[in-house]
Amino acid sequence: MAGYLEIRGLVKRFGEFTALHDIDLDIAEGEFVCFLGPSGCGKTTLLRAIAGLDPQTGGTIRQRGLDVSSLPPAKRDFGIVFQSYALFPNLTVHDNVAYGLVSRRKTRAEIGRRVEELLALVGLPDSGRKYPAQLSGGQQQRVALARAIATAPGLLLLDEPLSALDARVRVRLRHEIKALQRRLGVTTIMVTHDQEEALTMADRIVVMNHGVIEQVGTPQEIYRRPATAFVADFIGAMSFLSGTFEAPARVRVGALAFGVPPQDGLAAGAAVQLCIRPEDVQVRNLPADAANRVAVSVAELDFVGSFCRATLDAGAGVTLTADFSSNLMRDLGVELGRRLEIALPPDRLRVFAA
Amino acid sequence: MTAAAPARPMRIGLSRDDLAMRAGLVLLALWLILTLALPLWSLLAKGFQDRDGNFVGLANYITYFSTPALVQSALNSLKVSLICTVIVVPIAFTYAYALTRAVLPARWLFQGIALIPIFAPSLLPGLALVYLFGNQGFFKKLFGGEIYGMDGIIVAQVFYCLPHATMILVTALRTADARLYEAADALGATRLRVFLTVTLPGAKYGLISAALVVFTLVITDFGIAKVIGGNFNVLATDVYKQVIGQQNFSMGAVVGMVLLAPAALAFVVDYLVQRKQVALLTARAVPLVPHPSRGRDLALLAFCGTVAFAILAILGMAVWGSLIKYWPYNLSLTLSHYNLAAADASGWGAYFNSIEMALGAAIVGTAVMFVGAWLAEKTRGFGAMRGLVQFLTFLPMAVPGLVLGLGYIFFFNAPGNPLNVLYGTMSILVINTVAHFYTVGHLTSTTALKQIDPEFESVSASLKVPVWRTFGRVTAPICLPAIVDIAIYMFVNAMTTVSAVIFLYSPETKLASVAAVNIEESGATATAAALCVLIVLTSATVKAAHLLADRYLFDRLQAWRRR
Repeated sequence: MAGYLEIRGLVKRFGEFTALHDIDLDIAEGEFVCFLGPSGCGKTTLLRAIAGLDPQTGGTIRQRGLDVSSLPPAKRDFGIVFQSYALFPNLTVHDNVAYGLVSRRKTRAEIGRRVEELLALVGLPDSGRKYPAQLSGGQQQRVALARAIATAPGLLLLDEPLSALDARVRVRLRHEIKALQRRLGVTTIMVTHDQEEALTMADRIVVMNHGVIEQVGTPQEIYRRPATAFVADFIGAMSFLSGTFEAPARVRVGALAFGVPPQDGLAAGAAVQLCIRPEDVQVRNLPADAANRVAVSVAELDFVGSFCRATLDAGAGVTLTADFSSNLMRDLGVELGRRLEIALPPDRLRVFAA
Repeated sequence: MTAAAPARPMRIGLSRDDLAMRAGLVLLALWLILTLALPLWSLLAKGFQDRDGNFVGLANYITYFSTPALVQSALNSLKVSLICTVIVVPIAFTYAYALTRAVLPARWLFQGIALIPIFAPSLLPGLALVYLFGNQGFFKKLFGGEIYGMDGIIVAQVFYCLPHATMILVTALRTADARLYEAADALGATRLRVFLTVTLPGAKYGLISAALVVFTLVITDFGIAKVIGGNFNVLATDVYKQVIGQQNFSMGAVVGMVLLAPAALAFVVDYLVQRKQVALLTARAVPLVPHPSRGRDLALLAFCGTVAFAILAILGMAVWGSLIKYWPYNLSLTLSHYNLAAADASGWGAYFNSIEMALGAAIVGTAVMFVGAWLAEKTRGFGAMRGLVQFLTFLPMAVPGLVLGLGYIFFFNAPGNPLNVLYGTMSILVINTVAHFYTVGHLTSTTALKQIDPEFESVSASLKVPVWRTFGRVTAPICLPAIVDIAIYMFVNAMTTVSAVIFLYSPETKLASVAAVNIEESGATATAAALCVLIVLTSATVKAAHLLADRYLFDRLQAWRRR
């Protein structure tokens, strides 16, 4: 897998504040990568450094083997869509999309054809003569996308492109952008703080926090095997239990002990966080020899629509959450105060040094 | 940490656009240094020299402060300025309050009338008062002939400063969040309490700003004190007397510096205060729409009616005075005073000089100010040069026109200066006027530029479109309303200004506003009034044309703003 974009030792400082610490990252040609993290984690800073808009303090960026670290944005090869879209309000949709084509020695007819093609591609075939203000947010977003890909850049940068839209439009556009990216095969980096967006769209996710990369992986890897407590907490829902590690594969939480997958690099007696996702808590059809059985009582029930998120009290201050489907609620007669027997499957447990 | 951080930040290569923009910024800085910083420096230096240019240290300043008449002028200036501030701000506040918070019939009319004084040279209210209360005035007995002096100056200044203070306070009072008032109502606060706890604090920064603007306007104005001041000397007339009357340039420079001090101080105070202001109006604020309230509305209507009447009376008196055959003995009407050639050698030439100068200042000034603000705003990196330009653009705000004009004499008229050729030409009047009013144009441009999406240049760079193309096709068209505003502002000010240009004209380039001063000096009051009326008519016509064009023409050009 030839690296299309290679980032080495990238550092960005604003005065005393370090926004990016020593970032290393490889992105393959044609990949769809999401930078995901809370606000202020450095994801947009990294994107803007790649574009050359806010140059890095140190480190190198190579694009298609060429060192672009010190090139101004105009000499780099990328198209960009901003959260605000930055459409030119006084130009028609047609002129917006044609903006980058005009200076490329093309005839009017050629440009016209290309613009029609692009507008059809983003699903706005007849909107060329409108002004941006006459379009909905979702339509403006598509025009911005068409303008960014008009010059067929090798790299497409999307800076929170969906966050200004309402929820329904956002979900629809996710699929459209992803489909378009597949069709064009353009290497794409999208910045987002919305994990669902990242999980559904990305080939790989780069989870960032405080200017460092916490984990790089496919959505499944990130969700199933979070590399750090931060990732575990940030992506999806997760219960955290504080305990101590007992070699080789046990964690003691208060009076309870849980079998966990073997851990490397943890010393016996180390303080750890034991994690499990709410949907991984087993309640029904527990085999007699199920590992990690715990007796709990239902302390809280939050109705979330298709399921209930329950807070379970295992005594001695240990609580965790579990998701119960409506069927399960009915079958087991789950209600506040009900005592239950649950199991935490060892292969679903994650252990992090505290 | 693993990576050893490089000692110096990464150097990013410059694109052709970057280089061009940096070069433009350097040119702008040079322009501002030549037209602002160096003249002021010459003025500062002149104050430490004797008539022959020898360095004499503080001798001039010592002479100044040990001459009772001169010190008295400074005290007079301070006194008049403070009194005017105390009178103008409450009137302007009430007027602005009525415009923004009451239900007034024909509100646009009241708003328009309050702006009228802006289109007049400051000479005009002085002349009108002479007609009304002067030695041969209608109401002479009311003032007992004592209109010449402090009282006259104060009345005329109130007329002249009112629009400036009113505009600031209208802006301050307009930015109100209706939700605050609803909350106060819901909590059962009395009207007085709402006024004291919501309205006044909201307008606090506007009030401070208005007070400082009025103070600065009064202390630096020359025309009013000249016409109606009589034997009541102030700093501005002292500068004129020292320089034009006694040809004592060093002492003129000293008085100029004394005049600069309070104006600069007021500017610094305003700057420090405004920095504390945070945006009162968030995107979610609900605009306040005043509800009718009979008693309040009637009272405010009566107030606004009185103020508007006074403004119109002063303007009307000047118009009438210019049309009367021989005041006060023969009140029949005539247009003979508009035969300017009879009163002043330059005659109508001065009027057309003014038009030429105003057009030049509007075109050159607007271009330099807008492009300059764009360069200062959009150039990547180059922080030091941008900071320098930012500082220089603020300078004119703190410098009275008279002071700048004096600086121009010393700098451009210096024998060794190759720019000497400009002296006495129309160009120097245009250059001086652009420099004098630079700050407002620059700030207007910057505000307009900050309102458009900051990523336009990034998008252009990614599309490999040169930055000047985006400037021409997108940025400038979007900012067109602001650009036209600046041009109108420059035109009107160039038509009415007296202070800086009074030191810089030559017989061939005499301006209408200056000619009016000279004609008035020679005793032809009616002709001076006629010239003032012409100036008002011209600048008001231009402004009216702007409003009409805004309504019917720009609307079509700016179809893209419609949803």
